[in-house]
Amino acid sequence: MSTAPSAPGQPIASTRPAAVSATGVGKVFASRKGADVTALEAVDLTIAPGEFVSLIGPSGCGKSTLLRLIADLDSPTSGSIEVFGKTARQARIDQAYGIAFQQAGLLPWRTVRSNIELPLELHKVGKADRAARSSELLALVGLSDFADKYPDQLSGGMQQRVAIARSLAESPGLLLMDEPFGALDEMTRERMQTELVRICAETGAAVVFVTHSIPEAVFLSNRVVVMSPRPGRIRDVIAVDLGRAEGRGEGLREADSFFEAVVAVRESLHGEPAGAPAARGVDQR
Amino acid sequence: MTRTGSPLGRRVLLGALGVVVLAAVWELYKALGPATGVVLGDLTVLPRTSDLAMPHVWDMVARLFRPVRSSGDDEMMWQAVLQASFFSLGVAAVGWLVGVVVGMLLAIVMQRFRTAESALLPWIVLSQTVPLIAIAPLVKRWGSQIEIGSFSWENWMSVALIASYLAFFPVSIGALRGLESPDVNHVELMRTYSVGWWATLVRLRLPASVPYLLPALRLAAANAVIGTVVAEVSIGLRGGIGRMIVEYAAAAGGDPAKPWAPIFGAVVVGLLAAGVVALIGLALTRYRRGETPA
Repeated sequence: MSTAPSAPGQPIASTRPAAVSATGVGKVFASRKGADVTALEAVDLTIAPGEFVSLIGPSGCGKSTLLRLIADLDSPTSGSIEVFGKTARQARIDQAYGIAFQQAGLLPWRTVRSNIELPLELHKVGKADRAARSSELLALVGLSDFADKYPDQLSGGMQQRVAIARSLAESPGLLLMDEPFGALDEMTRERMQTELVRICAETGAAVVFVTHSIPEAVFLSNRVVVMSPRPGRIRDVIAVDLGRAEGRGEGLREADSFFEAVVAVRESLHGEPAGAPAARGVDQR
Repeated sequence: MTRTGSPLGRRVLLGALGVVVLAAVWELYKALGPATGVVLGDLTVLPRTSDLAMPHVWDMVARLFRPVRSSGDDEMMWQAVLQASFFSLGVAAVGWLVGVVVGMLLAIVMQRFRTAESALLPWIVLSQTVPLIAIAPLVKRWGSQIEIGSFSWENWMSVALIASYLAFFPVSIGALRGLESPDVNHVELMRTYSVGWWATLVRLRLPASVPYLLPALRLAAANAVIGTVVAEVSIGLRGGIGRMIVEYAAAAGGDPAKPWAPIFGAVVVGLLAAGVVALIGLALTRYRRGETPA
């Protein structure tokens, strides 16, 4: 299958443990009426430290479920998930990852700064260290002038930037993002993508990014994982080689290599051309 | 506070206007209404307009500035009423405080344990159907049996306890809704921070419950005042507004304006209680940002 370790674009194993390593992961939601729903089936995925991987697929393909399993917000019914060589649960307890959802999810009664400081505060980081870290992050997301504003005084894009800053507060090696730009308008969205690429380059964190948007996935990622629904499984892993962050400016969105990758993901998503018979054969097995 | 956005002066003026309108309606009905009242069948729908049933507004006000007993050289009526009002307010405040603490604790326990919610909530609702008059003598009797060292149960404590019995109800219901109000998003975020129930309560659930809690505190204050006044009557506690209302009502025949004085006092107590809760609301403005969507 295309999900095997030999898939194109699979990073060469290093001495460091993988950021995420999912083996044979399945998730079945038991419903009361007895009709169980298989959200995920036989998912194998390895993500290297510092790598940016997008999960893309139609609604109900289990991409958000996979993210939630990695975050230990749910537990798999079969298979195992490791994050930096630890169980997902231990990784959560050790704060190995930061997370951002589609809703920014800021606490309305806290200022921008103290929202960013929330995880630090909860983990008993000293006041001075907190202030230093939040100033750093505010600068990173370009919101230094808004430190003392409240979330309801910010635009949607700004709120999402605060949420990203918050997810980076404890310098995690892994960032989990569930359609963080899904509610933003197209212009803001593209600007946020450019910023995210820069932020990831600066922090060196691995990212698992759930999205509906093909151009978004292609623009951001080192690899795009294409998923299919009912039951959710990985259909294809497409390596996107658009160069490192420094080179990924706005011009890239109009480059040929960008379009080629978009086409490749598109075709995989719709399950058509480019070796379609073989792919179908795999699917039906 | 933020709802009207009108300046304080304007709102005070409107409040005063309401009182003036009320007085005008009173006098208008008294002047124009039938002396025997409006009777439908056997039912008196509107009161008689005699001076005995409806004294003039100015008579009632003037009565405040005469001695308590028309003859003697007692203290002024308004002084006596004010004194009784503050006594009742103090008892009500104790009852309110106890009620708020108990209500919050119940809400927290119910939020923490699902089974506790199913077990407690019906009883909490049921508790409010028990008439005050029925429990007042019981509370007094039980209280009189408590004596620990130099501490002995006093009647005012029974009154405060009954006030708290009425006050805890809205708090426990409001706080429970408030504690359960945070989005799944926020709760899961706390989970990703792998912090426990206590930190989630302090950092997320309690702050999120403030918009639900404030109306509950206001209701609790009103309930505490009503509970105090009624319990003073049924327990027979002297010194408060409740007892005063009953005593002065007996004098209505010869001095029709007299019973109204403690009623005004009760209104003042209610206003003060509501004012204190409004101040609490002001102090918690930060936690009420969600109330007015930006």
